[in-house]
Formats: sequence, structure tokens, C-alpha cells
Amino acid sequence: MASVTYDHVWKKFGDFVALNDLNIHIEDKEFLVLVGPSGCGKTTALRCLAGLEEVTDGQVKIGDRVVNDVPPKDRDIAMVFQSYALYPHMTVFDNMAFGLKLRKVPKQEIQRRVEEAAAILGIEHLLKRKPRELSGGQRQRVAVGRAIVREPKVFLFDEPLSNLDAKLRVQTRAEISKLHQRLQTTFIYVTHDQVEAMTMATRIAVMNKGILQQLDTPQNLYDKPANLFVAGFIGSPSMNFFPAHLRKDGNDLFVDTGDFAVKIPEDRVKTYAPFAGREVIFGIRPEDIHNPQFAPPGIHAASVECKVDVTELMGNEIFLYMVSGKHNFVARVDPRTRFHIGDKVQLVFNMDNFHLFDPASDRENPVAIR
Amino acid sequence: MSKRNTLWSWFWMILGGLYFFLPLLATFEFSLKARKGVYSFLAYERVFADPLFLRTFIFSLEMAVFTALAGILLIFPTVYWIRLKLPQLRGLIEFVSMLPFVVPAIVLVFGLIRVFSGAPFFLTNTFTGTNVLLVAAYVVLTMPYLYRSIDTGLQAIDVRTLTEAAQSLGAGWGTILFRVILPNVRVSILSGSFLAVATVMGEFTIASFLVGIRAFGPYMSLVGQNKTYESSSLAIISFALTWAFIGLIQLLNRGRVQTQIAGAH
Repeated sequence: MASVTYDHVWKKFGDFVALNDLNIHIEDKEFLVLVGPSGCGKTTALRCLAGLEEVTDGQVKIGDRVVNDVPPKDRDIAMVFQSYALYPHMTVFDNMAFGLKLRKVPKQEIQRRVEEAAAILGIEHLLKRKPRELSGGQRQRVAVGRAIVREPKVFLFDEPLSNLDAKLRVQTRAEISKLHQRLQTTFIYVTHDQVEAMTMATRIAVMNKGILQQLDTPQNLYDKPANLFVAGFIGSPSMNFFPAHLRKDGNDLFVDTGDFAVKIPEDRVKTYAPFAGREVIFGIRPEDIHNPQFAPPGIHAASVECKVDVTELMGNEIFLYMVSGKHNFVARVDPRTRFHIGDKVQLVFNMDNFHLFDPASDRENPVAIR
Repeated sequence: MSKRNTLWSWFWMILGGLYFFLPLLATFEFSLKARKGVYSFLAYERVFADPLFLRTFIFSLEMAVFTALAGILLIFPTVYWIRLKLPQLRGLIEFVSMLPFVVPAIVLVFGLIRVFSGAPFFLTNTFTGTNVLLVAAYVVLTMPYLYRSIDTGLQAIDVRTLTEAAQSLGAGWGTILFRVILPNVRVSILSGSFLAVATVMGEFTIASFLVGIRAFGPYMSLVGQNKTYESSSLAIISFALTWAFIGLIQLLNRGRVQTQIAGAH
């Protein structure tokens, strides 16, 4: 077991910068998820740790040991690949035992460890089969088993659930979380699926264009996104954004989008007062927009008039695609709501949970105002 | 399909079959006429009784096996490495692998003799040296077959992921190449090898210039010039050998269906 550190790590492929000064410290026994869209550098970061890519600059440490020049086989890590990478010509047992045989572990010990791992994963009955005789889920378990038997210091998972169907993905997600509890080892997990990230991680590193956007607990990422990218990436459906003007009116502050204006609660005026008179980006999550009839009591509600464009009944909730002037947004409302397409209605924004971003801080990715 | 189309299909198939099999049947029939007035296997008996037949056959078989081994050792790691690290060079390597089809064997053998018979090599001065040169020439000659089949085999597996998985499991390059990748392309390598062996067994030009009558190809040619019925029986024997090799390839291919597990798209 060990901690992992990315210390000012750069990775370039020619002119393309895949990792841009990456700094992450992952504690021992932590379950860190690297998440971001395709091409954000998350897999490259994992591969640099595994030794499958050389870093251009900076240091990668496992524990206190700098592993930049250590070959993959000597890093004491085990990686589970997206495509499982099982050896077609070997049985499940041989696939799982392969790493141990290379280390010249005694036969009996190999037998014991493979059987133990197989029991944990519920694949004891598959040990004599070849990979081609297994289903996707079973192959995935064998790949995890092959990692477990090595008893590595760090487990690396590269989008291991991508090839599974939706139902199996949910089930396996929970199993990997349980496995982490059981093995008490450092897990580093790469995914583009923010639901996987939110449900499994102790901390999440959100990446975009090779740059670490925010490293925090799932709840903090959701509640306090550091910038517009994180705010938009975490949460489904995504947060609604409105370019707006911060207007001061006496002691009150209003976010004025041109089509509607909402009042900022008094307890947060002090934070945003210095930005009065400036352009901002107003963000609010679909789940913080309510049908007034079913709005939670005691919230700072701001009423907004809008028109229903599309409704999507999900069973336990309804997604409303709304139009207000030139702005479109999504609301996630109570399933008892009875709105119809074309209706002009009033919705309320929960102003206890809104976000403001400062476009002047970074035009491409405005930083949250706190 | 209409009845008319089915008839035409059969017509063309039978016509093609006759075109292929009639000369073969005629040769076989002729080879049985060594004894006047009756059919017999006399020509075959004479061929098998000729000590030169067995000697040249074994010599060429040895050369063929060495050629296949040398070719595999040279081409398999090269193709693997190109697929793994230098995929941008694939086009160039494919072109190079086709050169033996373009460069006539006579040009190749004259080039080899000119370069390697003088200082500092003097390879043509000894039997061993000439044999080495012969194998080297055959490796070039059979490169298209070996390259194609190995490349196709590697295409069917996810070389990169299998390699990386093995690396992270603690395998070195030798282990990766021979215990991870090789077993997955064994059928392709065997197919290529059989094609190489079949080519070498019947090769005439290079063998006649380098080793002469010691090889099977020149021996067949000599028999063809001097002995009427024996040459026909040799042609039939060669055919049987080639078909035996093709049959073996088919048998191996049927026994092992390569499935792609890694990189299931």
C-alpha cells in the first residue's frame, strides 16, 4: 500500500500537451477518480503512473520512491484495462496466475491466491474456461482478479466498465467499491462517466485539456465547483448558465439576465458586492429549479416566468426544457407537476444554491466567485 | 437464385475443374505408363529408388526448415515492433515485403554471388557457406508469404493492450513476445511457414546457381530433361507434397479459431 504523487508532471506528444503541470497527491488507501471528457489527459496520467508512457517533465512518485525511470514491471502496480486485455490462449486460472508465475511465486501460493481472488469475485467455477467462453461481465471480473492476486501497492483502473451494459455497470460499480473497502489499497480509477466518479470516489480529480480543474470530494465538487467547466461537467443534466449583469439596487443585489432578474439573498450579498455592475455568469442546477406548488419550504425563492418547450417524464421526476426570452434552461421538477408544452408558467429558482462565475478571470473557463 | 443461374454456376465450376484437373490426370496417367502396355507404379519405384531423390529432398527440406525458422525470427519481432511502436512505417515495410515478387530470382542470386563470393565473406568457397547464402536468399524470397501471414495474425489481436497488460504484470520483452504474442499468432506463423517451405522445396533458379544438383528443384529439372516417365511421377509427387502442406494449414486453422478478446470493440 502506498501514496501516489504527481509532482509538476508534463507530458507532451510532439506539440500536443497531454498533461499540463499536473499536481496531485493521492493518500494511501484512497479511491481517487480521474474524470473528464475524451482527450482531457486522464488516461495519459494513469499510463504515466503505470510506466506505459514516459513523462516529459516532473516526477511521479509511488510512496516516497520516484518511479520516472522504473520499468512498469517493477512499479508494483496492477492495472485493469478497458478491453480487459485477457490472454485468449490461456485459461482464466492461467490468466490470473500469469503475473505470479513471472515473479516465480511458489505453485501452492499461486493456487491459494488465485482461488482466494476467484472466491472474492465469484468466478471459482470459471477457472478452467478460456476468455472467449466468458461474458463481458465475467471477463471484467477475471481482469480484476488478475490484478488482485498480485497484491499490488496501487490498483489502476482504466475505464473498466465502459464495455458493460448499463445494468451490469451499476452492479459492478458497487462491487468495485466493496472491493476497495475490503482490500484497503490505493485505487486510481479513470472514467468519463461522472456518475461512476461521484458514486465511487473518496476524491475526484476533474481534468480538461491536460489541466487539473479541481481536486475535491464528490460533494464539494457538486456544491462548490471551482470554475465553469467543473460546474458544467459534474451533475446530470448539466447546470444551467446565463450570461448576466450584476445590478445593485439600494442594498440589494440582482442578477439580471435581460429576460429576468433574480435577487441575491442577503447573506450572500457581501460576497458578490465587489462585482456589482460587472458581467457575470449565473449558474443554477436543474434540481434547484422548482414548480412553486412543490418547492421545498424555507428556501430563498426567486420567481421566473418562462414557457414550456419540451417535457420529459422520467417516472420519479420530470425534466422541463424551458424558454425565457432568449435563454433556454432545464428544470428537474416534482413528478406531480402538470405542465404542457407551450404553457406559460412561473418557476422558482432556489437562490440558496446558485453559482456566479467571473468571465474576467478567464474568458474560456470563468472561475467561481466565492 | 433461378434454375438457369444455378446451371451456369455448375457449368463454370466444371469447366474450371476440368482446366485444372485434366492436365494433372493426364500427367498421372502418363506417369503410370513406364511399363509398356500396362499401368504400373514403375516410374515411382524408380524415383524412390534413386538415392539422389532422397538426398536432394532431405537437403531442400532442411534448407526449407532453416528458411522458415530464420524468417520467423527475423520477421515476427520486426512486424510486432512496427505494429507496436512504428505504425507509420507499415506502408513502407509492406512495400519492401513485396520486392521479392518484383526482383527476379536470377537478379537476386547474381547479386548474392557477386557480393558474398569475394572478400571479406568468401561464402561460396565452402558447402556450409553456400548453404547459409542459400537460406539467406530463401528468407528474402519467402518474405512476402511470412510477412503477410504474420501481419494478418497480429492484426487480429490487440497487440498494444496485450503488451501493456503483460508489462504491468511484470513481463519483460522476451516473455511478452514469446509467451503472450506468439501463442496468439501461432496459426498465422505456421501458415506462413508452410507456404515458405513449399516455395523452397520447388525453387529452381537460386538453388541451381548456388548448390546445383544438391537441391530438389535442380534434381527435378534434371530428371525432367533425361527421364520421361520419372519426370511426370516427380511432378505428381511435388503436387501431393504441396497439397499435403495446404491440408495441414487448413487442419490447423480449423482446430484453432482465433478470437479477439483484448480490445473487444
